[in-house]
Amino acid sequence: MKQGLFKITKNIPLTDSVYLMVLEGDTSDITVPGQFINIKLDGQFLRRPISVCDVSNKDVTIIYKVVGHGTELMSGYTNETIDVLTGLGNGYDTSLSGDRPVLLGGGVGVPPLYLLAKKLIEEGKKPSVILGFNTKNEIFYEDEFRRLGADVYVTTVDGSYGIKGFVTDALKSIDYTYFYTCGPEPMLKAVHKASTTSGQLSFEERMGCGFGACMGCSCKTLTGYKRICKEGPVMLKEEILWEK
Amino acid sequence: MGKMSVNLCGITLDNPVIPASGTFGFGYEFAELYDINILGTFSFKGTTLNSRFGNPTPRIAECTAGMINAVGLQNPGVDKVISEELVKLKKCFNKKVMANVSGFSVDEYVETCRLIDACEQVGWLEVNVSCPNVHGGGMSFGTLPESAAEVTRAVKKVTTKPVILKLSPNVTDIVAIAKACEEAGADGISLINTMLGMRIDLKSKKPVIANKMGGFSGPAIFPVAVRMVYQVSSAVKIPVVGMGGVSTAEDVVEMMLAGATAVEVGAANLVNPYACRDIIEDLPRVMEKYRIDSLESIIGGAH
Repeated sequence: MKQGLFKITKNIPLTDSVYLMVLEGDTSDITVPGQFINIKLDGQFLRRPISVCDVSNKDVTIIYKVVGHGTELMSGYTNETIDVLTGLGNGYDTSLSGDRPVLLGGGVGVPPLYLLAKKLIEEGKKPSVILGFNTKNEIFYEDEFRRLGADVYVTTVDGSYGIKGFVTDALKSIDYTYFYTCGPEPMLKAVHKASTTSGQLSFEERMGCGFGACMGCSCKTLTGYKRICKEGPVMLKEEILWEK
Repeated sequence: MGKMSVNLCGITLDNPVIPASGTFGFGYEFAELYDINILGTFSFKGTTLNSRFGNPTPRIAECTAGMINAVGLQNPGVDKVISEELVKLKKCFNKKVMANVSGFSVDEYVETCRLIDACEQVGWLEVNVSCPNVHGGGMSFGTLPESAAEVTRAVKKVTTKPVILKLSPNVTDIVAIAKACEEAGADGISLINTMLGMRIDLKSKKPVIANKMGGFSGPAIFPVAVRMVYQVSSAVKIPVVGMGGVSTAEDVVEMMLAGATAVEVGAANLVNPYACRDIIEDLPRVMEKYRIDSLESIIGGAH
């Protein structure tokens, strides 16, 4: 983990409620796809944890949805310099993927899969990507994934674009060696159940600190208590214990 | 003794800054960020006799100038704390640590303290009779003078280490409880634990926290903490450890003027992992600005 000041160089809407922000600063602690950063906002006490979508040696890209007061504030930022903790969370392990992993993202669960797809392709693997949204005007990053060279499938719940239904509906026709997923918990549960291989799931929880100090985001797993922020957010399929 | 050093129940602290229990784990996570030996000491994660997962999530809520937590004393249990956590801590912390202990019966407090008493690394026992997030224990011992005194007496019988009772602000008369603890043999009092609070989400129209209520902490509660530290330190002769919303070196000085011998820093650690280091590094500047030669000399200075 590193604390640093980052300058916002881009903050643009991708859809009605989803924004893309680019932050320039020391990114050296962001080493694995699936990690997150924790952002200090003026007037807010707790930081806001947001997953990393892409990273270079000079900046980090995040994609966030305006869901509450904090993210609403973020959407109004232009070129501010903000305090960010980087290199948080375990991230996805690409060594287990096999040749043809499938990546399933739902809504703002899509962004961390971008850096993951990039890494997998760099490693010479051929990932398929299923992006799930509610409706056509909520779709983002389809073209970006295609440009990486991934096989991209888009699903919409209302059928207004791509395959009608959920990401699990698209999964049925895909031949895959392993899965990686991130999205709302009902989706993670459905993917966990529908998947025929092993895989990794990235979870979300309200956090206090984001670096393992407060025990605010703990969960029970088959391998013991884990902190979503520290031992997670990525968990192995085999260790997940669904409680709720 | 240095200009910043204070004596807490017979043990000298290089400075009065102590990360509060529950915001600093067992120290080693922060040791990856900076040398935690610069701290006065720290109070480790609240430990109970048996391991606890704590409350369901969400456990955390944002507030104006603060936060609510309802973690519920998640900890691996005293045996693992001694055999694993303290062993890991020893590699990065060479000072005496403050052991924070909680329980659900007098016997549990006693057994946990008895086991920790054998740990050479531990300098003080901070006995938490004020956790707002557990039912049938914790805070219930700290809301009545008689039960707080009963825990104090029982614990004192099984340890030779200084015993500091950590009190709740969620009471009608904190002074009466502090005095009862002093009469029962407490070596010190620490206060305030979090204030019982609640947030409701306007979208779901339900409480934000799964446990509905939780402990409110952060800068918003600082004035309440200063007031209670002032009141309690006026009424007891034993040292008072002040806490509640402390975030800056100025806050540390203010808390000491109110009567605190040492000062714990809690929620600030969760927002700025370097908070305690920053405060310690800033203390000399603040002392110079307000013409303070030694911190020990200002304890209770506002009385």
